[in-house]
Amino acid sequence: MTTFRPNSIGKPIKRREDPRLIRGLATYTDDVKLPRMTYAAFVRSDFAAGEIRSIDTTAAADRPGVVGVYTYADMDGQVGGAPIGVAIPGMPDHPLLADGRVLYVGHPVAVVVAESPYAARDAAAAVEVDIEPREAVVDVEAALAPDAPRVYDELDSNICLQVPAPNPEADKLFEQADQTLSIRLLNQRVAPFPMEGRATCAHWEEGPGKLTIWTSNQAPHSVKQQIAMCLRIPEIRVRAIAPEVGGGFGAKIPTYAEDALLCWVSRDLRRPVKWSETRTENLLGMTHGRGHVEKIEVAFQSDGRVLALKGQTIADIGAFRSFFGPFIALSTHTMSCGCYDIKAVAWETSSVFTNTMATEAYRGAGRPEAAYLIERVMDEVAAATGIDPVAVRRRNFISKDAFPHTTPSGATYDTGDYEKSLNRMIELAGYDEVREAQRRARDDGRLVGIGLATFTEVCGLGPSTGTAPQQRMGTWESATVRVEPSGNVTVYTGISPHGQGQETVFAQQVSDAFGVGLDDVVVVHGDTDQVQHGVGTFGSRGIAVGGAALDMALVKVHAKATRIAAHHLDAPVDQIGYEDGEFTVTGTDRKLTFRQVAEMAHLWNVNVPGEEPGLEAVARFEPSATTFPFGAHLCQVEIDPESGEIEIQRYVAVDDFGEVMNPMLADGQRLGGVVQGIGQAMWEEVQYDEGGQLLSGTLMDYAVPRAKRFPRMELDNTVTPTPINPLGAKGIGELGTIGATPCIVNAIVDALRPLGIDNIDMPAKPERIWRAIQAATAN
Amino acid sequence: MPRSVPVAITVNGSKTERQVEPRTLLVHFLREELDLTGVHIGCESTLCGACTVHLNGRAVKSCTVLAVQADGQDVTTIEGLAQDADNLHPLQVGFWEKHGLQCGYCTPGMIMAAKQLLDDNPNPSEAEIREAIDGNICRCTGYQQIVDAVQHAAQAAGAA
Repeated sequence: MTTFRPNSIGKPIKRREDPRLIRGLATYTDDVKLPRMTYAAFVRSDFAAGEIRSIDTTAAADRPGVVGVYTYADMDGQVGGAPIGVAIPGMPDHPLLADGRVLYVGHPVAVVVAESPYAARDAAAAVEVDIEPREAVVDVEAALAPDAPRVYDELDSNICLQVPAPNPEADKLFEQADQTLSIRLLNQRVAPFPMEGRATCAHWEEGPGKLTIWTSNQAPHSVKQQIAMCLRIPEIRVRAIAPEVGGGFGAKIPTYAEDALLCWVSRDLRRPVKWSETRTENLLGMTHGRGHVEKIEVAFQSDGRVLALKGQTIADIGAFRSFFGPFIALSTHTMSCGCYDIKAVAWETSSVFTNTMATEAYRGAGRPEAAYLIERVMDEVAAATGIDPVAVRRRNFISKDAFPHTTPSGATYDTGDYEKSLNRMIELAGYDEVREAQRRARDDGRLVGIGLATFTEVCGLGPSTGTAPQQRMGTWESATVRVEPSGNVTVYTGISPHGQGQETVFAQQVSDAFGVGLDDVVVVHGDTDQVQHGVGTFGSRGIAVGGAALDMALVKVHAKATRIAAHHLDAPVDQIGYEDGEFTVTGTDRKLTFRQVAEMAHLWNVNVPGEEPGLEAVARFEPSATTFPFGAHLCQVEIDPESGEIEIQRYVAVDDFGEVMNPMLADGQRLGGVVQGIGQAMWEEVQYDEGGQLLSGTLMDYAVPRAKRFPRMELDNTVTPTPINPLGAKGIGELGTIGATPCIVNAIVDALRPLGIDNIDMPAKPERIWRAIQAATAN
Repeated sequence: MPRSVPVAITVNGSKTERQVEPRTLLVHFLREELDLTGVHIGCESTLCGACTVHLNGRAVKSCTVLAVQADGQDVTTIEGLAQDADNLHPLQVGFWEKHGLQCGYCTPGMIMAAKQLLDDNPNPSEAEIREAIDGNICRCTGYQQIVDAVQHAAQAAGAA
């Protein structure tokens, strides 16, 4: 499938990124040090809703080392609202600091700038904010009630966006179906929790009239654009740098109000200003993920065939619109059919304001919610019909001959072979033996459960038709390949990797194209002054879109090198063969190495007709469509009936993400994703009390997965290449979180089903399990 | 200005003397005074392990140790493990070989925690490795390749 003969690609090459990281020599944003640096600390609202009666900054301003204290009044009229991706008519802007009202706990009210971080935090504590609290609305379903308190007085309701998608065909199929069932599923709010929280260093230089912002972000070109729009300065006066970034998971796609604010402060002070959030600030003020209620009705036949779905998604988008926020839930409807040939789908999606932190993309962003609902539905159909969950899934799979396949919910799947991955998973897990062991365990009174998920999802974001003009960004991607006179190569990519490993995979691609060593390639990313305009790393697009752009640039450079070689070898271009770094005149021993050609391209002492000097190309790949990887996961759990404690005994994952660039890095993406998905299924939950106070503001209250809760995962993969890009690779970053949550919950429900329990909401904490067991056994 | 006190700490084999506010955390002392920015801050509450360093040869979370508590003592940070790129510690090699890191933010602390384990127990089981790194959070890897990395280091050290 690949354009160049794979030599390095496909091998478990160890990472080019690692030498600096394992020695502590990498530069994350908080490691940036500049002369005359100042440090910011934010004053945040302790109330979920209220009117600001007064802000007294005098005591703070008088403290030692304080150089500035700012509130909304100081910048009123000088800056725009917080950056958003898509405008919705009639929806209020979100100012960079609270403009008289606070909308959620953690809402920034003021910022203090001082000579040291300690002085800034001391002074922030001395700012006196008097807030008249008002009734908050926290529960997303309660927020839909006509008499609910409103997050925004000027709106008629708390609904930000409502998209009905009725379907008379679904109504008809519900009348014809043998059976129906309904299920209400919660996809609780979770914290992305990258190990490095948000960090920003803004530096306005008055001399050149230029702003540089270092920020821990996944899309620095977007930061540049958004900051320029917010500060009302030309984008050519903004340089955004995403240096080493300590994880993102979607929550570092947005340009935050704090980022723009600090840029404005730096310009006002004419000094650099740096801010690294505390973990509590991170849990309060970094966007959260998920936050869905899904109500699903299913029409199915007694043989297990699912005919139609009717669904309702109520998405809690928090107190303001984050970058993609209100739109994320729409993809839950789009992906609701999973890998099944369902005939009709009717849906209604509501994105609803509440007095809580905004939600945003989080590893999967709308697709995990879809996989969760349809995979839970398949297990409930299996239970209702008495058919094995594997057989129910097989009965509903889209046939491998039916691709491209357009679902009634509007997704067009490029390729799929769901039997193939399921069969391999069954073989690897020893499914029949696992079920037999479960029967024996049940006979002994033990609560052992087997969970399955056979799922598909969307990767390789674009194409750009899905974006709105206000975003000022498409979802194509760019790459420049610059061959130096020595034949060494610099790649400039528009993606912004932060752990995914493209410095390595892109070097592998270059090595295969030109026959140079991995050490002879440097990959530059995350600096808008170095890199041509690009888009960023999110939506599992690094390889499928960014790698494809690199492939295009490599093809261009290779073609030019071939023409230069032909000229110097005095042969027609079509007589030039290429292998392993050498251009040879076919049938002769006349040859030039790639490095010789690179030097000739630069020294240019022989004119090559029709060619410019140099050996460099820029390319931009606009995918024609998204790609749809898939997988089959199984897990086995055992529940202690006395405590509700769940032990994960096995986890088997067979995924198909097309061609594999580097299997070791691919395993890393999958293992990490599965554990993150299990985290949501079993432990993680952002909790607010009914007044909107955050209860999960530290690691004592927010349970991130730790090492000893997991068995060794068993992985394999099948390969179904995509025709959407020249690499045949589909994308991999979000697979794990998408497959793992339904797989785990299906296993837990399977363990408890003999007790008459048919649903457990996430997170399946021991207390929740114990209570369910107590209630079931009391009946 | 706030009151300051002298501290003298031997860090990565070099004696350092500074005047610091008494409340200065060891992690801030290392990062801000000595530019040892390989020591990361992840939670400020001893719960994530990103700031793990060795104090007199024992792993501590430097976000909840005061610089003055380390006065007169020995600290080793990730920067002190290898003299140069050609002389990596077996754990650094293991993490590189086995893809034990992605974003890299937890890695210095994870390596220092694993070093404590291997110092105490040169041949740990998988369960012992998972127990030893349970106080260090990694959000990227799912831990399995970190376990592989520590096993790789243990085997390499055993073979040496």
